[in-house]
Amino acid sequence: MTPATAAPATLQIRDVVKDFGGGSVAVNHVSLDIHKGEIFALLGSSGCGKTTLLRMLAGFEIPTQGSILLDGQDLAGLPPYLRPINMMFQSYALFPHLTVWDNIAFGLKRDGMPKERIAERVEAMLKLVQLPKYAKRKPHQLSGGQQQRVALARSLAKRPQLMLLDEPLGALDKKLREETQIELVNIIHEVGVTCVMVTHDQEEAMTMATRIAVMSEGKILQVGAPAEIYETPATRFVADFIGNVNMMEGTVAVDEPDMVEIDCGYCRHRVGHGITGTVGMEVSVALRPEKIRLSRTKPEGQVNQVQGTVRDRSYFGSFTVYNLELAGGRRLKVSESNVERHREDAPAEGQVAWATWPDTAQVVLTQ
Amino acid sequence: MSVRNLLLGSGATRAFARGWLVAGFVFLYLPIVALVIYSFNASLMPVVWGGFSLRWYGELAHDQELLQGLWLSLRIAFYSASGSVVLGTLAAFTLVKYRRFLGRTIFTGMVNAPLVMPEVIIGLSLLLMLVMMQRWLGFPERGLLTIWMGHLLLGLSYATVVVQARLQDLNPELEEAATDLGARPIQVFVLVTLPLILNSLVSAFLLTFTLSLDDVVLSAFLSGPGATTMPLVIFSRARLGMRPDINAAATIIIGVVSVGVVAGSLFIFRAERRRAAEMAAAQRA
Repeated sequence: MTPATAAPATLQIRDVVKDFGGGSVAVNHVSLDIHKGEIFALLGSSGCGKTTLLRMLAGFEIPTQGSILLDGQDLAGLPPYLRPINMMFQSYALFPHLTVWDNIAFGLKRDGMPKERIAERVEAMLKLVQLPKYAKRKPHQLSGGQQQRVALARSLAKRPQLMLLDEPLGALDKKLREETQIELVNIIHEVGVTCVMVTHDQEEAMTMATRIAVMSEGKILQVGAPAEIYETPATRFVADFIGNVNMMEGTVAVDEPDMVEIDCGYCRHRVGHGITGTVGMEVSVALRPEKIRLSRTKPEGQVNQVQGTVRDRSYFGSFTVYNLELAGGRRLKVSESNVERHREDAPAEGQVAWATWPDTAQVVLTQ
Repeated sequence: MSVRNLLLGSGATRAFARGWLVAGFVFLYLPIVALVIYSFNASLMPVVWGGFSLRWYGELAHDQELLQGLWLSLRIAFYSASGSVVLGTLAAFTLVKYRRFLGRTIFTGMVNAPLVMPEVIIGLSLLLMLVMMQRWLGFPERGLLTIWMGHLLLGLSYATVVVQARLQDLNPELEEAATDLGARPIQVFVLVTLPLILNSLVSAFLLTFTLSLDDVVLSAFLSGPGATTMPLVIFSRARLGMRPDINAAATIIIGVVSVGVVAGSLFIFRAERRRAAEMAAAQRA
């Protein structure tokens, strides 16, 4: 008996390599399974190979090695115009000489769909992205957000088995981006299409994707749900890349099945779970700034604590970031959310403060 | 001192700069103004004013040699411009889309060579080739066909440069988007690339048309008996002594070109302003 979750993935990427020559390998032995209805994000800084991987899915690049299967069918040798995959481009790539209507109908006409059915489908798409009144306009007569929605409608019009999104919100300004993220996800879920998106913006990946693959130098470092990637990063790179983190190097001092202590010299960590390691092993402790509390008096009964001097603090409205100088010149970033409007006991610059955190806050990294 | 200061600086430098500007314009355009004025000269002597008259315009209408030359020039210009745009587009497309192929460097050099090669050299070498071809093959007779070949050679290079510049500016994602939506390569070219580079094709056509229409050097080498283009007619007459009817012909050409250029510029200016207004309106909405 096979459970439902073990059904073969919609998109199977099998040991794909892309070597452009010249020494560096753009995509290095990548294997991924992407399931039906998922929004899967490839996250990484520029040049990490995420765009090359996306372009191989679209058919614009041919893998040097490995295979890509969509619903069990090998895509090798299939040119982009025959793949049941559509892409939303970073620049939107709307045809400037065609109206919104003709842009959306472009792919349908290539399929030789009858006229009435094209009209029906285009109307439905315009309604989906809430632009029925703009059918007769040319792309330059639309705002950035409207252009983005036309691009979305165009890539959904052919009902692809897989949709690719290349930095879908990269061209929009910050405020509009936040609104559009939610709207985009709603539309994708409404249609139910499987998506692979590429982004360098971790917030975008976190809010939109069901799963994220963090990439660096052509390799996939970790795959998981957004919370998993953030709260249990597998490597130092992932911990550092996603969000802010305090990274402390130390050695394992006490190793019990349900507790370990790590000595970082200036600070001793107690971690409330066992790790696969031995006493004396060198490890890194990753600690997110928002999991640390600050107080101006020495806290009682807290094992994890360190004393420091506030060097600077930055007020961001909803939270404040403190930069604490510890013994030996080490820095510790602390982020406190501003629950009260005027906090009386907030440590000021130059003052001594104690930082504390629970024994569940740290992530011990051995890689 | 910046250019702006030089042009708009103190009173003295300003007057000096303006003076130079006027002197430059006079140097450039006074001969043309004189030519237009003397085309209405009643006197047979081109440099003696004999009162206002439209006599030479009337005579032009009966000047069979000049009219035939004009007709031939227009035909050659049309053929060579058409040919140049087609071949130039293909060459430009190849150079922009195919970054690596055997002989690319030689191809680039050959396409650009006529731009820097003196026309006299091109004309002479073409003539030598044609003489030899005629001796061995008995073909082609010098005339429209050979002039067309020469102009095509030159026009092809110019057309390639113009179209290449536009193709390089084109967002490559547009063609990829068309491919992604199911268009085959030929459909991508016809439905997306061609409409987007249409402006540059028109520019290339007009440029090569003009180039062919006023060419003397290549035409002189490549023309044969009975195939005398208008610039050749004018040139040969000027050697025999200036006649006012040439002034009249030149004035008509200047008039047609000026009207064309002004109308074209106005059209482009209006279109751009409308586009800018529409884009601004879209952003506000």
